[in-house]
Amino acid sequence: MLRNIEEPALKAVDPKGVARPTAPHGFEGFDARAPDGQGVDTRAPGSSFSLQAQRPEAPPAAGRRECLEVAGLGLYYGENKALNAITMSIPERQVTAFIGPSGCGKSTLLRCFNRMNDLYDHVRIEGEIRLFGHNIYAADTPVSDLRRRVGMVFQKPNPFPKSIYENVAYGLRLQGVKKRRVLDEAVERAIKRAALWDEVKDRLNDGAMTLSGGQQQRLVIARAIAIEPEVLLLDEPASALDPISTLKIEDLIYELKTEYTILIVTHNMQQAARVSDHTAFMYLGDLIEFDETKVLFTKPKRKQTEDYITGRYG
Amino acid sequence: MTGRADWKEWVRTGSPWVWLTAGTVSVSLCMVFGLLLLIAVNGMGHFWPGRIAAIDYREPDGTKVKLYGEIVDREEVPAARLAENGYRLPEGVVSGERLLIKTGNRDVYGLDYRWLAAPGIERIDHPAALLAVEREEWGNAYGYLIEVREDGRAITTSDTDGPPLTEVQARLDRKQALKEQIAHLERGRIGAVSYTIEQLRLEGRALELRGEPDPHALQAIAEERLALEAEYERLGVELAALAHEIERDALQLRLAGGEDLTIPLAKVVRVYRPNEMGIFDKLGHYLTKLAEFATDEPREANTEGGIFPAIFGTVLMVFIMSLLVAPFGVVAAVYLREYAKQGPLTRTIRIAVNNLAGVPSIVYGVFGLGFFVYFVGGNIDRVFFPEALPAPTFGTPGLLWASLTLAILTVPVVIVATEEGLARIPVAIREGSLALGATKAETLWRIVLPMASPALMTGLILAVARAAGEVAPLMMVGVVKLAPSLAVDGNFPFLHLDRKIMHLGFHIYDVGFQSPNVEAARPLVYATALLLVVIVVVLNLAAIRIRNQLREKYRASEH
Repeated sequence: MLRNIEEPALKAVDPKGVARPTAPHGFEGFDARAPDGQGVDTRAPGSSFSLQAQRPEAPPAAGRRECLEVAGLGLYYGENKALNAITMSIPERQVTAFIGPSGCGKSTLLRCFNRMNDLYDHVRIEGEIRLFGHNIYAADTPVSDLRRRVGMVFQKPNPFPKSIYENVAYGLRLQGVKKRRVLDEAVERAIKRAALWDEVKDRLNDGAMTLSGGQQQRLVIARAIAIEPEVLLLDEPASALDPISTLKIEDLIYELKTEYTILIVTHNMQQAARVSDHTAFMYLGDLIEFDETKVLFTKPKRKQTEDYITGRYG
Repeated sequence: MTGRADWKEWVRTGSPWVWLTAGTVSVSLCMVFGLLLLIAVNGMGHFWPGRIAAIDYREPDGTKVKLYGEIVDREEVPAARLAENGYRLPEGVVSGERLLIKTGNRDVYGLDYRWLAAPGIERIDHPAALLAVEREEWGNAYGYLIEVREDGRAITTSDTDGPPLTEVQARLDRKQALKEQIAHLERGRIGAVSYTIEQLRLEGRALELRGEPDPHALQAIAEERLALEAEYERLGVELAALAHEIERDALQLRLAGGEDLTIPLAKVVRVYRPNEMGIFDKLGHYLTKLAEFATDEPREANTEGGIFPAIFGTVLMVFIMSLLVAPFGVVAAVYLREYAKQGPLTRTIRIAVNNLAGVPSIVYGVFGLGFFVYFVGGNIDRVFFPEALPAPTFGTPGLLWASLTLAILTVPVVIVATEEGLARIPVAIREGSLALGATKAETLWRIVLPMASPALMTGLILAVARAAGEVAPLMMVGVVKLAPSLAVDGNFPFLHLDRKIMHLGFHIYDVGFQSPNVEAARPLVYATALLLVVIVVVLNLAAIRIRNQLREKYRASEH
């Protein structure tokens, strides 16, 4: 039902033919994401994964490509239903925000996109999520490959107790990248993209724990984008940070959406309004409304949405 | 009234609680340091060169004797007991004193310690010329040096009152050099040759056991063996020559009773005149003895000499135990905490593991003997060393089985500590790794285990502390009173896991309770105990240091 609302909007926002952003810092690997399937994976030699096979055969008929499609997704914690038949379609290279009161299931939904909920034994999931047409809950989907393609940043900065360099290089090392030169380049590129380079370039070998909270969060973002995912999931990335760090993170999100499809969960409606292109409002496990951000915040179609954004509950 | 209110107020502030807790800590500290002090004083005093007294003593029956010896102890005894022994004290005196004299010369007197009743002692003086001779057998000898002999003939010296000590010292140095040559020959070349001969014998036997031995191979072995036996013979002649050389000198001592005692210099460790030594001489002597204690091999049924093999055995065994227990404990903890489905079964296993730590250690000893030594070791012998049978290789108590038994004794501690460490790793860090595409195994290996390593080290510290002090199970699975050779030597494979070892804890038991010479052994028990404590502390400090470095390295954010 909600799909009907959003589809036309999507097409209006971004007609086919919009120039893809040029890859900064010699970001050749980026071409691999080209929708025509002709992109060549020029990633680091030794990189074990190739996304070619999992790419859709053809671009969608019109408009911006759909990156993630959620179809009838339900999630149970044991007997309790936490998500109720969520169906939505998330466009590529845009920021999609999820808002809603605490406990509405928005973080749970976000963790479905990289199957983070698999870690809990008592979680049961029904329905489908398709990443470029491929069901990520299909039995043959390798979960670690999925998580490489769908990066995640958590509410609290969680750098590893290693050096700044090793934190960013971690994902690449997992893929078997060993050449120092390749690692150096990738680390520098990722830290620059995360707008952290000037602050840490002279102390890459210091422990990541010596950074401030805001810096740590940007380091974690650098760590996530170092392996060049297609989607970035941000779970309240700025809620543990001071206003200045929050501002930096928001700027960063704005920057990054040229390359990544970004899904962000936030409690802060101003933040959602500032950074996102689309916003989903959730309540008690239901997706109440999903629309372009400016539409949702100015002309919500549902009473519940209006009540929430005007502060009448939540 | 106010007093009562003050009291209540004082109780309410919690001060009595603070006093109580602080007091308990103080008492514990006092007990620990008191114990250490007692051990240290008794143990370390043993090596200080005591003065030799010349004592005129009247036996109860009136005969007068002369004694030379060190006064090692004094004791109050009731007058009645002295009276029983024939010494009447004046009326009204309830107790008298008796002295323990180390008279030495056990080969002459049969005993080397003697109690003397103080009332019988007529005179004590300390003549400077009295000589103490420390021997490899029969303990110390005390007396006046009257002659130095070479090939049975007395050396004439210009000195009128006997030969000078320097003469003895020079010959002692020569003897020491010869002795080192002999040891080198025996341990090094002869040891290697006989080891190789034994290996050849086993090789030949193995060929025979396989049936249809290749005559060429047997021939080669026989030839090699002949060559080695010739070499062995040649070395034997060399050794005999050295042995003859070392027998050349002797010294003659006049004992307290007036009789003369000839002591071959080959059996003398050192000679000294404690009564004319200054404080620095004594200090030098003391330090030499201390070094000898830590680096030499035991003599005289472990009551003389050093305890190096025991130190070596203890440290080596604890080391091997750590190498065995750490991976085993970690793997078990990882499975229990990370992979096993948490439920009644894992809870039961966890309880069982915890209870294993409380099983009396002797039970582990019996298990080690029955399972490791006889079952595992016996089967290893049957499969891998059939040529050596019926002489067991691994089917007998030895270093490997002792280490393994200690490993299963301490593995619960390591499992529990590692599990706690694993449980403390924040979920956020694990999720961070998983979200980057790491599998669970990769996350464990690259993130979780390094972060849990300080906890593992804590477990290992506890394990080492327990293992180093354990004695009871070891008596069954590989520790002996006197091991013929160290478990590490120059023969391939250098580390001999099948050999028996000596152990400080067992050494204490053996010296203290199995020794024929109780008085001589007592100070050594203290000294050995002190050394054992020192070694445990050193091992622990080393482990704590490693742990603190790991902690520093893997300190995660505290939230």
